[in-house]
Amino acid sequence: MAAIAVPNRRTSSAIAGAARVLQRNLLVYRRTWRGSVFGSFLTPLLYLTAMGIGLGSLIASGGSTVLGGVDYLHFLGPGILASSCMQTASFESTYPIMGKISWRRNYEAILATPLQVHHLLIGELSWIAFRMLSMSSAFLFVLTVFGIPRSPLALLAIPAAMLTGLAFAAPIIAFAATRHNDSGFAALFRFVVNPLFLFSGTFFPVSQLPDAIEWVAAATPLYHGVALVRGAVLDTMPATWPLHLAYLLVFLGVTAVIAERLLRRRLVK
Amino acid sequence: MPPGEEILVHARDLTKRFSGFTAVDRVNFDVRTGEAFGFLGPNGAGKTSTMKMIACSSPVTDGDLSVIGMDPRTQAAQIKARLGVVPQTDNLDAELTVLENLLMYARYFDIPMSVARPRAADLLAFMQLSERAKDQVEPLSGGMKRRLTIARALINEPELLILDEPTTGLDPQARHLLWERLYRLKQRGATLIITTHYMDEAEQLCDRLVVMDKAKIVAEGSPRELIERYSTREVLELRVPEAVRAGLMERLDGLAERIEELPDRYLLYAADGEQALEQVHAREIPTESALVRRATLEDVFLRLTGRSLVE
Repeated sequence: MAAIAVPNRRTSSAIAGAARVLQRNLLVYRRTWRGSVFGSFLTPLLYLTAMGIGLGSLIASGGSTVLGGVDYLHFLGPGILASSCMQTASFESTYPIMGKISWRRNYEAILATPLQVHHLLIGELSWIAFRMLSMSSAFLFVLTVFGIPRSPLALLAIPAAMLTGLAFAAPIIAFAATRHNDSGFAALFRFVVNPLFLFSGTFFPVSQLPDAIEWVAAATPLYHGVALVRGAVLDTMPATWPLHLAYLLVFLGVTAVIAERLLRRRLVK
Repeated sequence: MPPGEEILVHARDLTKRFSGFTAVDRVNFDVRTGEAFGFLGPNGAGKTSTMKMIACSSPVTDGDLSVIGMDPRTQAAQIKARLGVVPQTDNLDAELTVLENLLMYARYFDIPMSVARPRAADLLAFMQLSERAKDQVEPLSGGMKRRLTIARALINEPELLILDEPTTGLDPQARHLLWERLYRLKQRGATLIITTHYMDEAEQLCDRLVVMDKAKIVAEGSPRELIERYSTREVLELRVPEAVRAGLMERLDGLAERIEELPDRYLLYAADGEQALEQVHAREIPTESALVRRATLEDVFLRLTGRSLVE
């Protein structure tokens, strides 16, 4: 009995501790949510209008076999949803985390209490998951206004998009934990996040790329996230969906363990 | 409340090594319940590293340490639940208000809101911050931020309050208000551990203290004991015309227990400074100015840790 009780108590304390860190971020968000919610609706609206309708009207319908039998607006919408989650999650994992490590030293203050490094990490990931949840819900609403989702299966795009965001958040938090100033973040966005945005199947199918680049794209979480989100929204879930899902879960798990180690190395000396 | 006999912090051969250098080198000390215990020393002496080990935020490299009867290696979270920590530089949550800083911190300790709210209100009143409860942290003065940081450290009603240079950078008014509040905490029975390089602060607040230098403890005792042991009751400070300086040490010989020659003046450590001054005049040594004062911890400190600048 006791042997079972101990790990249970540990699990519940990990959740309770992480919940405090999440609660803190929500307390701050109470003052700033309007701007971010507005952005959550505006971003899809702008992309879908400019690129989906504007650019999409120039793309010959002959392309639709490559696009999986849909017009460009339908192809693009779910791709942008996954990509937006990647971008927001990436941003949330850079400057705000660095600020809490070294500029404002929130983590130092929190670690003087009974909370520990893994509470910080799980709490921040929960916070980012919450942001992904609200963002992708708003996004899906806008997609629905454009008439893009084909079935209630589209709701699965929300957890898929959240998972995509988290698969970027964990490694980028790990990266932030090793940084002593913010100069690496500009490079991260320029050389990693933005190229992925362009080449991971958001704007065109990865199969259009040379094989070598196609393999690189397939190794990144965004490719798998786009595949799941698009499959859900368009009700064309590929038979390979368990592989995409497993890839994202393993990627998240491994990078979260690394992030915890690096945060600990940085914060506990 | 007089210091009890119960030992709250016990360190034997406590050591902290970072890659390449030893910050704390086999130090021994005991802190008793209800006392204010000071760590004095120049910058880099190892005070903050010792504090961080006691606060369980920095792992012990070697030696024994027990805090509130527990081992920081295995029971850090349980110890932290009963500590209050005031770090050297304020790390308040700049995105929360004054009151939210206290309430959120209470939540980190898993203190229910129903308990935290009245406690936070009491602490704000105690630290004279009630009017600023709804304000953001950033516009507060340095003294107010410091008081808020201390209030935050008290939110879990800690048995031991650890303050790392609590008044560094504050103006005299803010320092005196803080000292007075800390004194009141002590009267209520709180145990305080304080690091400082302000000697007046140590004399004001500490029942006992240790002087650290180059990672080791070089002296231990009450402020009065340390002054008696390492200094005389009084100090005569002499300034003399430049022409007189040559050979002056021989002429002053025998006038005091110890004489220190500084670039701008001479310090004569004597039980009776006035009497030493009379003898200076009797030996017809010309002086520009002469000041007799009581010996302070600063004299002890400088004697033990030297006058050279640590940078």
